[in-house]
Amino acid sequence: MIVEIQHLTKIYESKLRVVAVDGIDLELEQGEIFGLLGPNGAGKTTTISIATTRTLPTSGTVRIAGVDVVRHPAHARRHIGVVPQFNTLDRSLTVYENLYYHCRYFGFSHGHARARSLELLEQFLLTERKDVYPAQLSGGLGQRVQIARAIAHRPTVLFLDEPSAGLDPQSRMAMWSAVEGLRKEGITVLLTTHYMEEADSLSDRVAIIDHGRVLALGTPEKLKQTYGAETVFDLKLKSREGLEAAVATLKARPDVRGAEATADGLRVMAVAQDGLLPDLVQEAARFGLRDLTIAEPSLETVFIHLTGRDLRE
Amino acid sequence: MNSSSNLQHGNSHASALDSGIFFKAFLGLLLRDLRVLTREFLPFLLRVGMQPLLFLFVFTFILPRMGGGNPLAAGGGKTDFGTIILPGLMAVAIMFSGIAAVALPLSSEFGITREIDDRVMCPLPLWAVALEKVCFSAMQSIIAALLVIPMAIYIPAVPVRADISNWFLLALVLVLASLLAGSLGLVIGSTVNPRQIGLVFSIIVVPITFLGCVYYPWAWLDKIKWLKIAVLFNPIVYMSEGLRAAVTPSIAHMPWWAILTALVFFLAALGRWGLKGFLGRVLS
Ligand SMILES: Nc1ncnc2c1ncn2[C@@H]1O[C@H](COP(=O)(O)OP(=O)(O)OP(=O)(O)O)[C@@H](O)[C@H]1O
Ligand SMILES: [Mg+2]
Repeated sequence: MIVEIQHLTKIYESKLRVVAVDGIDLELEQGEIFGLLGPNGAGKTTTISIATTRTLPTSGTVRIAGVDVVRHPAHARRHIGVVPQFNTLDRSLTVYENLYYHCRYFGFSHGHARARSLELLEQFLLTERKDVYPAQLSGGLGQRVQIARAIAHRPTVLFLDEPSAGLDPQSRMAMWSAVEGLRKEGITVLLTTHYMEEADSLSDRVAIIDHGRVLALGTPEKLKQTYGAETVFDLKLKSREGLEAAVATLKARPDVRGAEATADGLRVMAVAQDGLLPDLVQEAARFGLRDLTIAEPSLETVFIHLTGRDLRE
Repeated sequence: MNSSSNLQHGNSHASALDSGIFFKAFLGLLLRDLRVLTREFLPFLLRVGMQPLLFLFVFTFILPRMGGGNPLAAGGGKTDFGTIILPGLMAVAIMFSGIAAVALPLSSEFGITREIDDRVMCPLPLWAVALEKVCFSAMQSIIAALLVIPMAIYIPAVPVRADISNWFLLALVLVLASLLAGSLGLVIGSTVNPRQIGLVFSIIVVPITFLGCVYYPWAWLDKIKWLKIAVLFNPIVYMSEGLRAAVTPSIAHMPWWAILTALVFFLAALGRWGLKGFLGRVLS
C-alpha cells in the first residue's frame, strides 16, 4: 500500500474543542485515484495536512511509501506532491521559475531542473505563459501551474485539495483531464472534493467522510449499489384524481423501490429504468403529464442516504 | 532524483543519501532567494545605502562646515564624529537589512498567500528552511555593512580614522552580528502579522537601534549609570561595540571577549525563539 492511514485523529484544543479527524483508516494502492468526498468542515484538509507533514496528528500514523510522516517528515516529503486548497504559488517568481526552483529544492541539477520545467510547461499548455507572474494568472491557469509544480519532482503520491474549487466548468474539465493524464505516469492521487460529479467521474475509489469519520468506502459504482441509490423520476401531472390507485400499482412492481404522490404530481424511485419509463409515461398520460425529470443514481443520493443531509447544505 | 518506484527507503541506510539531498535542497532555497534579490538589486542597494549615506552627509559633511557654535564643527569635539559613528552605522545597516530580508518577506509569506508553503514542503527539516532564511539575510547584512565603509571614507569632511588590523575579529563580529539580525528578523517575521509590522518597527526596531550605542561608545555613558546598565540587554549594543573594536579600535570599546560572549548568547536566544515561532507558524 502506497499510502497507509491508521487510526488517525486530530483534535484542535482551542477555546472550543474541535475533533477535526476522528479515527480515519485509509489505504491507497499504487496508481489509483482516490477521492475524499465530504461537506465543509468534514476534515478533508486536516487529513491531507497531516499526510503531507503540515499538521501533527493527535494520534494515529500515516505512512507514505513506507515512510512515517511524523517521524521522518523531510524524508516523506520526497514522495509527496501537494496542491493546496488555496493558490500558494511563489509570487516573486515567474511561472517557469516556480517550476525550476521547485525542482532545485528537490535536488535537481540546473540542467535537469530546466529540462523538467520546460517539459511540464509543454505538458500543461503553459509554454506561452512561462515568463508571467502568478498574480497575472487566472484561477484555472494558476491551478494548472500548481499541479505542474506539485508533480515536478515526480512524487509517488499527489495530494489535491479541492482542485476545482473556484474554477469555471471549462477549467474544471481541463483540470480533470490533467489529473486523468497523471494516471499514465503511475502517480497515486488523493483528491478531496465536495463535488459529487468530480468524485464520481475521476476517482477509482471514494471515501465519504463527515465529522472526521469515514462513512463509506468503495468504488463509486459499489457505493451506489450498496447504499441503494435509485434513479428518481419526478413527474408533473395536471390532474391528481385517482393517483392513489396508480401509486399502489407502481409500488407493486419489483423494480420500483418507492412511489409517492407529491404536491404537483408523482415521484418514483426505482432500481433500473429499462421498461419502466414507457410504462410510467403511459400511466401518467391518464393524468396529463406535463413534465418529467430523471435523476440518475449518484454519490449525492448515497450521501443523503448515509447522513440524512444534502452535501451542499 | 527519486524515481516513483523508489520504495525501499528504510530509515537506517537513508542518512548518507539524505545529507546530499539536504545540501542540494538548501542550495536550491539560497538560489531562489538570490534570484529574487538580483531582480531587485538596485532597490536593495538603495534600501541599505540611503540611510548611512544621508546620515554621513548631514552629520559629517554638512554640519562640520557650518562652524559657529556647532559642537560638530571640524576640530570641535574630542574626536571626529565620523570615526565614532562608522561602526554604529554598520551595525544599523546590519540590523535593518536583517529585518528587511527576513521579517518583511516572512510575515507576508506567512500571510494569506501562504507562499512559504512550497519551500516548507521541500525535503529539508523545517529548522533548515528557517536557517536558510537567516543565512541569506546575513549575507545581505554583511554586504550592507561593508558598503558603509567606503562611504565613511569618502564623505566626511574630516577623514575617518578606520584601522582594521584585526581582520579575524572583524569577520567574526560581522558574521555573528549578521546572523543575530537575521534571527531577530525571524522572531519578528514569524510572530507579527503583516499589518502590525510597521508598528513593531517603530516601537521596537527604531528604539533599540537608537539606544544601541550607535552614535556614541558605551564607555561614554558613565554619567548616566542606569542607562549604561539598561542597554546591556540590547543586542545592538554588542553589534556596535564589536564593530568598534574591529574597525575603529582607537575609540573606547568593550573588551572583545565580552562582546563575543554576548553576541553568541543573544544569537542563541533569538535563534531559538525565532525557530520556535517559525515552527509554530508552519506546523499546526
Ligand atoms: N487550525 C485549526 N484550529 C482549530 N480548528 C480547526 C483548524 N483547522 C481546522 N479546524 C476545524 O477542523 C474541522 C475540519 O476542518 P477541515 O479544514 O479539515 O475541513 P474540510 O473538510 O477541509 O472543509 P472545507 O470543505 O471547508 O475545506 C473544522 O471544523 C474546522 O473548523
Ligand atoms: Mg478543506
